[in-house]
Amino acid sequence: MVYSLTNQDIEKIYKKFIEIRFLELEISKRYSEGKMRCPVHLSVGQEIVPSILSLFVKKADNFISTHRGHAHYIAKNGNIPEMISEIYGKKTGTSEGKGGSMHLIDTKVNFMGTSAIVGNSIPVGVGLGLSNKINKKNSLSFVFFGDGATEEGVFYESINFAALKEIPVVFICENNKYSVYSPLDVRQPKNRNIHKILNGIGVKSFFSKSKSVEEIYSTLEQAIRYSRSKRKPVFIECMTSRWLEHCGPNEDNDLNYRDIKELDAYKKNDFQKKLENKLKITYIKKTQKQIIKKINSAFKFADLSSTPKKEDLKKNVFKN
Amino acid sequence: MCSKIRNITYINAINSALHQSMDKDKKVISFGLGINDPKRIFNSTKGLVEKFGIERVFDIPTSENALMGVSIGLAMSGMKPIYMHQRLDFFLLAMDQLINGASKWHYMFGGKVNLPITVRLIIGRGWGQGPTHSQNLHAWFAHVPGLKVIMPSNPYDAKGLLLKSIFDPNPVIFLEHRWLHNSIGKVPDKYYELEIGKAKIINKGNDVTIIASSYMVADAINFIKHFEKINLKISIELIDLRSIKPLDKNCILKSVKKTKRVIVLDPGFSFCGFASEIISIISLSLINELKYKPIKITVPDIPEPTSRFLVKYYYPSINNLYRSVCKMFNLKTNNKINLDQNRQVDVPGDWFKGPF
Ligand SMILES: Cc1ncc(C[n+]2csc(CCOP(=O)(O)OP(=O)(O)O)c2C)c(N)n1
Ligand SMILES: [Mg+2]
Repeated sequence: MVYSLTNQDIEKIYKKFIEIRFLELEISKRYSEGKMRCPVHLSVGQEIVPSILSLFVKKADNFISTHRGHAHYIAKNGNIPEMISEIYGKKTGTSEGKGGSMHLIDTKVNFMGTSAIVGNSIPVGVGLGLSNKINKKNSLSFVFFGDGATEEGVFYESINFAALKEIPVVFICENNKYSVYSPLDVRQPKNRNIHKILNGIGVKSFFSKSKSVEEIYSTLEQAIRYSRSKRKPVFIECMTSRWLEHCGPNEDNDLNYRDIKELDAYKKNDFQKKLENKLKITYIKKTQKQIIKKINSAFKFADLSSTPKKEDLKKNVFKN
Repeated sequence: MCSKIRNITYINAINSALHQSMDKDKKVISFGLGINDPKRIFNSTKGLVEKFGIERVFDIPTSENALMGVSIGLAMSGMKPIYMHQRLDFFLLAMDQLINGASKWHYMFGGKVNLPITVRLIIGRGWGQGPTHSQNLHAWFAHVPGLKVIMPSNPYDAKGLLLKSIFDPNPVIFLEHRWLHNSIGKVPDKYYELEIGKAKIINKGNDVTIIASSYMVADAINFIKHFEKINLKISIELIDLRSIKPLDKNCILKSVKKTKRVIVLDPGFSFCGFASEIISIISLSLINELKYKPIKITVPDIPEPTSRFLVKYYYPSINNLYRSVCKMFNLKTNNKINLDQNRQVDVPGDWFKGPF
């Protein structure tokens, strides 16, 4: 079933989308200034799923993500100035400068962390889900990861455990077909459908390779409704496309490791334009202006924030 | 036949060893995530797949533990796998197969089979590598019986020791520091192996021994160059361990017996660290001969912070060495001297533009 979306829904999706894209592009633009001295894995091209998801997510739901976590952090309404500060290595950052771009957290909105080790955070999201279950909370735990993470043993161990204990976890696999620069075909057998593995394991799964906002919305809505109402795990695989290099601020077409035609097809189907086609120009302009202002002030906040001091180095190895 | 000697980078020395090992023996195979991608694991595997084909040089799924176990199976049946990772930290997923399996297979099956496996691991530092892209866990590996652990500091050693590791009949953990990859040194074109377990005296001296490995050797060389200009009396002996297991105890003890003072410079964590082991070995044999208590310089018992504003307090600096030597000889430290002034805190040099 494909839903039609209200104008209000489209506006909300668009606003999130622009927030993610503009912020990522601003990081990309400013990276060469040398103030963001840590690896960054940008989500340009992968904005649509987190943008739509933000409509279904409640504040009490948990998010757990990966090295490529900016978009999820923004979708969960994480504090943006603190995120940029973290990337700048400042004291006001989400992790007081200890973690950088790959270790974002905002417990105020239940964004519970990201990991720089592939697959590492998947079971953590299951643990949050189990805690919800034990404590009879009806919130959901969302776990984000890429296609590469489904090759790690811990992925199978985690989904098996979630199935066994009927833990309300929403597993979201954003399949961009690459693990760094290694394409799927050197890592998984031809015709593998990641989401189909889940059925055998006992987790209901959904799949979307759609280029329509309404269709993606409908898939996500059904999957999340299933998990929320049945209190069971669900798995969603969405095909997507990363437009910039795996790690860093630039494009990487010069490396010749991927099919440029396929990338161009994704770019032609740019969801930003698709959403804009459905919106009034006044709304678009107003929103963009608002977001640009928000982003600029986040960078300014990071720039002006104080740096961590020597005594901070040993702070927080243990909790006192 | 005369072989050329050239100035090449550490990474090219590694590349040369990989080529020559695969040329020499068809049983040698190489695999790792990104081995055939356009960046070729920082260029270390360039030309390999073109020359030896996809059967012997292949990319892998993001499945570190499984491929470690696969390496055991391969090695047991006569293959010589070289298994590589862009960070040591990623390989931590393979600890079960390495520690419960590879390290003791030969022993626990009464010597019936042996495992010629080489694991190449790269250690990161700075540019926001942070807590999980920078760990120097060589002491962990060395702690486990049955593993050899190599930490070359320069291109010549890197090539000769990698070739020796590949043909060693045991599992060898071969640790490369990312900040050494662009360092240059004289390396013969021809095939050569260097003995595992032999330290090298890089600088001869009589008054104090500095013991270092991997990137710390570069720091120590730098220090000695500066120190010789400001102090003409004290002569420093510098030992590059090259292999931390097996360890060249003879070389260490002989030197310290002569100098009667020792500073151990280690890139690992301080607590239960490798520097402690060396000091223990020295103390057990020479405690009564030392003129000053041993000094240990390591990173603290703290994860690497990502922020460059903190990382500058994290790693041992050349000033640390200067102050330690002054303390040992009861010299006044000259506060005007800053041996770190030309060092950037989070990059090894201008060649490094991030992101990792
Ligand atoms: C255990 C582990 N292995 C390898 C890496 C290096 N690495 C960093 S990101 C990444 C890509 C993973 O691909 P995927 O899960 O599809 O995420 P994507 O980057 O495509 O979003 C890899 C292999 C790592 N961080 N951790
Ligand atoms: Mg991917």
